[in-house]
Amino acid sequence: MTFDSGLYWDALTSSEFLHGAFLTITLALASQAAATILGFLLALMRNSRGFPLRAASGVYVWIFRAIPTLLWLLLIWNALPQLIPALTEEWFTPFIAGFIGLSLAEAAYMAEIFRSALLSVDPEQRLAAKALGMTPFQSMRKIVLPQVIRIAIPPSGNELITMLKFTSLTSVISLQELLTVAQQNIAATFRYAEFYAAAATYYLVIVSVLMVGQMQLERRYEWRTRVRRWGLPRVRTEGAG
Amino acid sequence: MNASGPPVLEAEGISKVYEGQSVVDEVSVGLARGEVKAIIGPSGSGKSTLLRCLALLEIPDGGRIRLEGEPIGETHHRLSFARERELARDRANIGMVFQRFNLFPHLRAEDNVLVGLTTVRKLPRDEAQERARQMLQRVGLAERSHAFPSELSGGQQQRVAIARALVMEPKVLLFDEPTSALDPELVREVLDVIEELAASGMTMIVVTHELEFARGIANEMLMMDEGSVVERADPSTFFTSPEHSRTRQFLDHME
Repeated sequence: MTFDSGLYWDALTSSEFLHGAFLTITLALASQAAATILGFLLALMRNSRGFPLRAASGVYVWIFRAIPTLLWLLLIWNALPQLIPALTEEWFTPFIAGFIGLSLAEAAYMAEIFRSALLSVDPEQRLAAKALGMTPFQSMRKIVLPQVIRIAIPPSGNELITMLKFTSLTSVISLQELLTVAQQNIAATFRYAEFYAAAATYYLVIVSVLMVGQMQLERRYEWRTRVRRWGLPRVRTEGAG
Repeated sequence: MNASGPPVLEAEGISKVYEGQSVVDEVSVGLARGEVKAIIGPSGSGKSTLLRCLALLEIPDGGRIRLEGEPIGETHHRLSFARERELARDRANIGMVFQRFNLFPHLRAEDNVLVGLTTVRKLPRDEAQERARQMLQRVGLAERSHAFPSELSGGQQQRVAIARALVMEPKVLLFDEPTSALDPELVREVLDVIEELAASGMTMIVVTHELEFARGIANEMLMMDEGSVVERADPSTFFTSPEHSRTRQFLDHME
């Protein structure tokens, strides 16, 4: 048996795989977005002065980093409905379960990224904002947050890529994402190489797009005047005739 | 630059304690409109802490501050966000220029100057922009209004920082060693701006090690040591016949 490139191509262009890729991207982006917001709040709690907030955030990070994400997904999809009858209803889909599991687990990692980013903003920046009469909220939004984002972009990009690959874990809770689609096709045809290769191709393409996106974002947060990259920079010639 | 009228800023018995150590010990200082006071003293003498207390960046452990007769920095709210809100309103009326400039690195010069107007004073952006440009012009940086802080020299950054404080129209402007972090050749351009402000009647307190400059602009010189003001006098008396031995020692050392 050799590699059947026709089969590979058909898989790649099938609506099944496209839909799988769409689910993978949606789940990754939604989970990462939720994790980013939750992680930022956890980081604020962790850096706050009140002990209960600090402790709660610390415990959260401890628990969610310690237990494997795969186990979280199984717990949420299989064990939780056993305890909470409402979760046996139809709205509780594998996508929702996956979204909850992935974003809760990822929030612990994002919290650590934001915590160190918050700590690395020069404290005198807040002082200067304060001196202008900004409230703590204004100073956070206008002064601290942009600087935190800049510091957090590279590690967060890394996290998003990891998240994209972690969505494949939801194949254990039967979400029809890329890997599940590949496995179902394999089960029907016993052609491993073609379908795995098709799934791998999708991941490769999606991650490449994300990497370009990250580069663009980093460029936006460079905070220096951009010299035009093509052609010579414009030189002021006032008064030269 | 003649001082006159009721005090703009009046601080009485300001004290600040850090971890059981008294850093500022019952210092009183008052400023009439247009008056300029210069504070000198060795490092660790409490000059910066005093200034931060006056700017309400630190809450004094003792003493009272009045701005145009109104008590400021006194708050009875128990909730910290309500307290911060009240303090923020008072801080907006006191300008502060820092030793290390503390410009916001993500904002262009112009936006550094206008962010206080749009955020704190709630001015519409175009009006804030107009005022920011005027202020940058005043400190001689109209040309550089679109530069980011990292693209400016230290002296330019400090001039933007002065414009940023000035644009809020503070009742009093406080300078915390504004030229200490600058390369020697960049000191003059900043001092020129401060001298122009003094001449235009701005009420100011300047903590500085530039003695000639202090002598030129100050109505009164204060010498601080170990958290207290050990000597205060008009500049000519202060420099020619200081009474306190610490002042003499310090002046000799600075020569």
